[in-house]
Amino acid sequence: MRFGVLRFPGSCDEVDALGACRRYADAELIWHGDLDLGGVDAVVVPGGFSYGDYLRAGAIARFSPAMEAVADFAVSGGPVLGICNGFQVLCEAGLLPGALLPNTSLRFVCRQVDVEVVNADTPFTRACTEGQALSIPVKHTTGRYWAPPETLEELEAGGQVILRYAPGQNPNGSVRDIAGVANAQKNVMGLMPHPEHAVDPLTGSADGGTLFASLVAHVDELVATA
Amino acid sequence: MTARVLIRPKQGILDPQGQAVERALPALGFEGVTNVRVGRLIELEVDDPARVPEMCERLLANPLVEDYEVLITETADSST
Repeated sequence: MRFGVLRFPGSCDEVDALGACRRYADAELIWHGDLDLGGVDAVVVPGGFSYGDYLRAGAIARFSPAMEAVADFAVSGGPVLGICNGFQVLCEAGLLPGALLPNTSLRFVCRQVDVEVVNADTPFTRACTEGQALSIPVKHTTGRYWAPPETLEELEAGGQVILRYAPGQNPNGSVRDIAGVANAQKNVMGLMPHPEHAVDPLTGSADGGTLFASLVAHVDELVATA
Repeated sequence: MTARVLIRPKQGILDPQGQAVERALPALGFEGVTNVRVGRLIELEVDDPARVPEMCERLLANPLVEDYEVLITETADSST
């Protein structure tokens, strides 16, 4: 099992993401200019400020060669996890529904939040239990998830709302407290909290590790049944 | 040709920047201001203005959450 972690100019969480992945499997960085993902089993689109977040967060990064490859990988069923800026990139790329808007407070927020696992039957959350609370930090200015009402109904009905901020802990004004969503096929997920910063009790919580462990279990099962 | 693209948050989508401006104006004595929306302006010199809407759809705006308006004017040429 090998993770690939994208690195754009302006990424800043790719090294933490790489370290988090390496606690559970092999992992390598993929430069944004690469057209080839090198045969990795899962892709992480990390946090940061890809291409300076010029124009809109994620708007330029989605056209990078590596993202073209990620889009092909996702269409063929490969698991893709977008964290923070990565979530924004995946929304801009149309791989996930909705968009991320400036926080209602207009402030950068950086704090530990509890998120509730709404759907534990996905490649990203199978090591969790439904209703489990995960303590994971958020740190962003543009994290207010928004989607049109009809899309929200589809997301809820299809089990695509994967994580929700615990009551009273929504840090950004996201609609329906949504912290993480998946596509209809459940092989692409984005979330604003940073699981890669919560993989060691030393930094307050290891709950984020469950997402990486879930992906490893998912890929191992695919290999075992292939 | 000069294209000016005006981009605004769609109606119905909370615009906290607009709200902040709306709250700030009365404090300066500017009463009677409502429905403030803060967007952005992109100016482009283009050979083919007909292609600007496509540029908006694909890159300049996020049509899911933003409305855009394209204004085309002849470029004022200072060399003549």
